[in-house]
Amino acid sequence: MTAVLRKPWIWSFVAAILIWFATILFTGGASTQGLTQAALTFAAFSVLVGIGQMFVITLGPGNIDLSVPATMTLAGTVALKYMATENGLVLQGLMLAVVIGIAVGIANYALIKALRIPPIIATLSMSFIVQSSAIWTNRGLRIKPPEVLADFTVSKTAGIPNIALVALLISVAAWFLLHRTVYGRWIAAIGQSLPAARMAGIPVDGTRFVTYVLCAVLAAVCGYLLACFSGGAALNMGSEYLLMSIAVVVIGGTAVAGGDSNVPGIWGASLFMFLVVSMLNTYGFGAGFRLIMTGLIIIAVILLASGRQAASR
Amino acid sequence: MKLTSENLRLAVPVLSLLVLLAGVFYLQPRAMSYNGLNLLFNLAVPIALATVAQMLIMAVNDLDLSMGTFVSFVACVAATWLHDTPLLGILVLAASIAVYAVLGVVIYLRNLPSIVVTLGMSFVWAGFAVLLLPAPGGTAPEWARAVMISKPPLVPMAIIASVLIAVFAHLVIMRSSFGVLIRGVGGNERSVQRAGWSIILARAGAYALAAAFAVAAGIALVGLTTSADANIALRYTLLSIAGVILGGGEFTGGRISAVGAVIGALTLTLAGSFLSFLRISPDWQIGAQGAILIVVLGLRLLLNQLEKKGKRA
Repeated sequence: MTAVLRKPWIWSFVAAILIWFATILFTGGASTQGLTQAALTFAAFSVLVGIGQMFVITLGPGNIDLSVPATMTLAGTVALKYMATENGLVLQGLMLAVVIGIAVGIANYALIKALRIPPIIATLSMSFIVQSSAIWTNRGLRIKPPEVLADFTVSKTAGIPNIALVALLISVAAWFLLHRTVYGRWIAAIGQSLPAARMAGIPVDGTRFVTYVLCAVLAAVCGYLLACFSGGAALNMGSEYLLMSIAVVVIGGTAVAGGDSNVPGIWGASLFMFLVVSMLNTYGFGAGFRLIMTGLIIIAVILLASGRQAASR
Repeated sequence: MKLTSENLRLAVPVLSLLVLLAGVFYLQPRAMSYNGLNLLFNLAVPIALATVAQMLIMAVNDLDLSMGTFVSFVACVAATWLHDTPLLGILVLAASIAVYAVLGVVIYLRNLPSIVVTLGMSFVWAGFAVLLLPAPGGTAPEWARAVMISKPPLVPMAIIASVLIAVFAHLVIMRSSFGVLIRGVGGNERSVQRAGWSIILARAGAYALAAAFAVAAGIALVGLTTSADANIALRYTLLSIAGVILGGGEFTGGRISAVGAVIGALTLTLAGSFLSFLRISPDWQIGAQGAILIVVLGLRLLLNQLEKKGKRA
């Protein structure tokens, strides 16, 4: 039991479950299933972008990808436009989204490496360009997704939303990549000390490059799925995922200073973030009060988590 | 003027501002007048104030992701309470400055990631702003309006204000012992502590001063727009970070430049006007702004290399 309690991810789950109960208690158990499934679905999108952001943040101080929302929007719009509601083009559409992700990732790292721009500014400038491309291709039109995809993203398998299953699959892959492959060890080593990693002969540039590409690809896939789920790509569809992708990583127990990542925590944090908003909605609070509570709860969770770290030291 | 590294650091932002200004004058000679200059740089005044605020936070190695929502919140307070019941308005603004000081201390004491705490605070400020002004409205205080639309002889108000902000911030950061102290905290916290200074006081001071500049930014913004809304300054978060970096500041190490930050803010504002004078399609305006950012940072790299060569020679 104590071993479980010491895991950094446990607290985000505890918080999520508490909030879940608080909501259920209020509704008298009326919407238990609906709430759980909505939470799993919406958390899945945050998980997808969160995992990519986590890989980048693990690389160490200063590493962050601000181009996530723009990449989501561009991948969603271009893929949906290409598929033009044809069921047969679903796979090609996904490939197109992945290619867009790879291109943005390459461009991001090229700026970071060649121009030695801090990642936060490099990915920010890149996101402006990517967002412009999305505006240019989309022109405010809302293109419907192919029917097969729309059905897939909103339906369930064995009671669990398909989107959540996809995110779970990718999370397992990410966990394996981080903890069971050399690449994962390299990321953690770079995050702990870049000079030491370089001395140890780790291909620092290659590893960082792959990580930025991976993050952009995950964002692109998330954009593709989100566009299908919400019945069409919109130009602002990625905007809330910028803060979300960073928040779930940090609340989930990944070290902000890098070098220590945590996949299960991202699930706990994503469920938590969605449940907080839906709880406050259920209680009937207005928009302003809801925002204030969300902010205070985020800060409270961080304070609690830091107290735990200080005690164990 | 000697070619020190500090001066060289400032050369890029100054040069890029001059090049952009020359470009604007070439495209639109009528901008080369009292009114033209005032219109070009009007909106730069609040952005410059917010950039200086962000710079103070960056001086102690933190980052404020709530800058945009905080300035929006201040704008809402200024357009409602500060106009209707000045005493209450002043009290609320003073309290919000105190909140910033507390944040600066808590982040240090609990060793929290500033990104996450300010992320949480961004929800809180946004919530209060929405509670104050659920729909756009309010009235700017007459004195703020009067200052912002005043027409001093010879030099437009926007230019005078920018110069005053730059000189004042420069004196505080570079010439006062308080400025040296907070830059020292950013450079090497431990050695500042061993020298007998209180890190807590220094950080509280840096955050409070940053909040004071942000308050000034909010009031100046309302003075220009005459009314406020809860989302009025959201883009200031990213603009202020980009402005500091553009002006030669760094994310860590307490390497900042007050004059550079103001020039960085002016450059970013001017980039927008330059692009509309170029008649670039609105689709690509944001993208071109990203491209300008990249070009300027590329130039800085080039100059940095020259600087290194100069040292070796």
